[in-house]
Amino acid sequence: MLTIISNVLRGSASRNGAELVSESSTLRYVLQLLAVQSECANLTAPHDHDPDPPSRLKDPQQPHSPSVSLPLTQIPSNTPVEYKTLGHTDVVSSEAVAQEESSVMSSGSSTSEELSIVSLLTERISERQKPVFEKIISPVIDVPPSPVLITVKSPATSLVELTPVVANSSSKVTSSDPLTSSCPLPAGSILGLDNSFPEITHSLAEETPLPEPQLAGARVVVSARTYADFTPQATFDIKKCDLHKLEDGPPLQAMLTREEGLQYYRTMQTMRRMELKADQLYKQKIIRGFCHLYDGQEACAVGIEAGINLSDHLITAYRAHGYTLTRGGTVREIMAELTGRRGGIAKGKGGSMHMYTKHFYGGNGIVGAQVPLGAGVALACKYLGKNELCVCLYGDGAANQGQIFETYNMASLWKLPCIFICENNKYGMGTSVERAAASTDYYKRGDFIPGLRVDGMDVLCVREATKFAAEHCRSGKGPILMELQTYRYHGHSMSDPGISYRTREEIQEVRSKSDPISMLKDRMLSNNMASVEELKEIDVEVRKEIEDAAQFATTDPEPPLDDLCNHIFYNDPPLEVRGTNPWTKLKSVS
Amino acid sequence: MASLRCFLRSGKNAVSAVLRREFHRTPPAAVQVTVRDALNQAMDEELERDERVFLLGEEVAQYDGAYKVSRGLWKKYGDKRIIDTPITEMGFAGIAVGAAMAGLRPICEFMTFNFSMQAIDQVINSAAKTYYMSAGLQPVPIVFRGPNGASAGVAAQHSQCFAAWYSHCPGLKVVSPWNAEDAKGLLKAAIRDDNPVVFLENELMYGVPFEISEEAQSKDFVVPIGKAKIERQGKHITLVSHSRMVGLCLDAAAVLAKEGIECEVINMRTIRPLDAEAIETSVMKTNHLITVEGGWPQFGVGAEILARLMEGPAFNYLDAPAVRVTGVDIPMPYAKILEDNSIPQIKDIIFSVKKTLNI
Repeated sequence: MLTIISNVLRGSASRNGAELVSESSTLRYVLQLLAVQSECANLTAPHDHDPDPPSRLKDPQQPHSPSVSLPLTQIPSNTPVEYKTLGHTDVVSSEAVAQEESSVMSSGSSTSEELSIVSLLTERISERQKPVFEKIISPVIDVPPSPVLITVKSPATSLVELTPVVANSSSKVTSSDPLTSSCPLPAGSILGLDNSFPEITHSLAEETPLPEPQLAGARVVVSARTYADFTPQATFDIKKCDLHKLEDGPPLQAMLTREEGLQYYRTMQTMRRMELKADQLYKQKIIRGFCHLYDGQEACAVGIEAGINLSDHLITAYRAHGYTLTRGGTVREIMAELTGRRGGIAKGKGGSMHMYTKHFYGGNGIVGAQVPLGAGVALACKYLGKNELCVCLYGDGAANQGQIFETYNMASLWKLPCIFICENNKYGMGTSVERAAASTDYYKRGDFIPGLRVDGMDVLCVREATKFAAEHCRSGKGPILMELQTYRYHGHSMSDPGISYRTREEIQEVRSKSDPISMLKDRMLSNNMASVEELKEIDVEVRKEIEDAAQFATTDPEPPLDDLCNHIFYNDPPLEVRGTNPWTKLKSVS
Repeated sequence: MASLRCFLRSGKNAVSAVLRREFHRTPPAAVQVTVRDALNQAMDEELERDERVFLLGEEVAQYDGAYKVSRGLWKKYGDKRIIDTPITEMGFAGIAVGAAMAGLRPICEFMTFNFSMQAIDQVINSAAKTYYMSAGLQPVPIVFRGPNGASAGVAAQHSQCFAAWYSHCPGLKVVSPWNAEDAKGLLKAAIRDDNPVVFLENELMYGVPFEISEEAQSKDFVVPIGKAKIERQGKHITLVSHSRMVGLCLDAAAVLAKEGIECEVINMRTIRPLDAEAIETSVMKTNHLITVEGGWPQFGVGAEILARLMEGPAFNYLDAPAVRVTGVDIPMPYAKILEDNSIPQIKDIIFSVKKTLNI
């Protein structure tokens, strides 16, 4: 608590002198915080560094809220230590970030900047370490840091260690993974704060420099709630899913909290802008080779991630940039990988289709090959008994692959905890589904596997369906199939204009009627869950983030030639690799 | 520390010997073990040693293995660790690779490597290349094993040798044992290796017994991958071979020895990475080289060895062109007489040696 207070004061002072911040406003803000703290009084240590937030905020109804699964922005100051024990050294101290951020912040911000502040803050802090969700907003206080961030670089540990929630405690690396408990929900409790200081909050929001993330998080929640009196959460009707071999389906209503909404909005917007930027860079020939863009399908990636935890596993095909983001990659790493630079997520050696993070197995170029791989990951989940599952994605084109049916068979026989998801974007490259499949009811193609057909343009629908499917798998019933009906605005890849097999009108129609981001935005605005300015602000930040990332991606140097032959074998002594001629002997290290 | 342990160990033996009042015993003699049993032991020991190791394939569990290589393992380890799969190579090979990515250490058995062609995409694109494509983020510790090459009377679709195909690809290790010691040591090494290993067995060798040294009987006996073994010292010519053909080379060498020609027989053990150094050292000694393999000649193992020799220091030591003895360049026929004449026989090796030595 004291840390918080001192941070606030420190922060205010460092920003630009004390005059802009009225003492009383700071005080009142602190009091608000105290109120918050007392709300969450069962927090044993409402303390920034609590790596193991007790299940205080856990809402039994929503085990998979996005804020739950996403490791948080809070980078408790002890995180550096924790990260380091994992062999991670990419820690940016929050103070350093704070200073950086203050300069950013001084560029001024309009009202309701709490969110933007937080997001900027966390963005810088989290550069290489956080999944996007985390970066967006930290609605919840004291959520443990994301496991994802941590072990990407240490394959050995990532292979063996199951628990992603490393930060929780070094001693607790067991299957009794507190992951679910450690992901508290930004439920009503936090939001049930009073609205006593709207104007103060407003000014604070403008001036506030960067306290530690937890603080920011708390502040966000508090000020967000009090300022402008937004609706904390609302329930929306969602489309009923078609069912196959299932008695009941996912619920017909989905609850969305303000924080979740902003989080989804931000992630989807980041994804959208990132893909559009990639489009630009490709046309400038800065990205080359394959580039399969995901814009239009954002609701799928975001909704799925919202329905599972980061400790679960996911594998997809080549249209993977969105998933790389939701699974913990940063925009910088992704873009640098696309441009083939050493700062890329695979050091420039993989490219668009081969990006990996912890519990995310790519990025796979061979159509359909990822499906048996996903079932294999699910087999490992079951074998190791950690109550994790694997989400295994493929497209409508891949759905006709034989190996997928082989996989259905084995997954069902052995009751593997695998969610098969067919992202049906109506076209397999240039072939429409009617021309490729004798049965376009992809959710029924699993035959003996129960299936759902879901509206893939509605993030809430996807989320609820994913939660439903995850529940099915975790209860030991075996695999389940989901067909997400979605749409891609771009062609199959950058070499495909995308209009020879479909009309511009069709694309336009989907864009105007079913765009996932617009849909979410409309929902939030019409229910007073956010303001137009707020969302605009998020857009501005996202744009900036993408610009920065693109800047990095274009200026980062290419991988060194020494790296050419590395990473052939793991854990092996260095070996000699023949070069292009007999006299060239190159060295390969693991 | 190690010496203390040794002392204690020997002390224990001495004490028990004294107590039993018997003559001082020599160490147990080398035992006879078939290649099949050696493979079985290797898998058993590795399954016991590491919880993450498991075996999957067609008929490996309840049937005890199509060739009985996994006999008894299912009874001992159960359904979780010895998994019978449906006849879906591409599917189960992919599942094995996925399991390896997620932290397990699968042994994926192909009933014969001919069927691996159905799954070769998973072996190459999903297993071999992944560590490189991910720049070190995602290793794939998996073993693909099964009988490879010609058998007896199984005709064209069941007799192909895949050593050259798999050895072509970076990211894979390819091993091809000959005797029981090779089989056991290399399989243990392959299972312990953190990379994808293609383990090429030979059906005709399964039932052949070999003496296995005491050292090889230990649970920690591992034959290093990437090192060839000189099975027979010689000075006139080097015969390089792998798998069953090593036996033929040794037989040919025995016949030739009677005529005064001393052949040095090298058992490659590992095809990729190739132990070129061992071959070059030998050629620098004998000045003549013949490679012997069961597979087809074009772009085969022998072709690679010869190319390396040309590009390496040993070329200057050759007194005659190095040659390859290979299977005939045809799909394998069925009739016995045709089949016998489709793969190298001892007389073919002897003939080639004499031609090379100009005798």
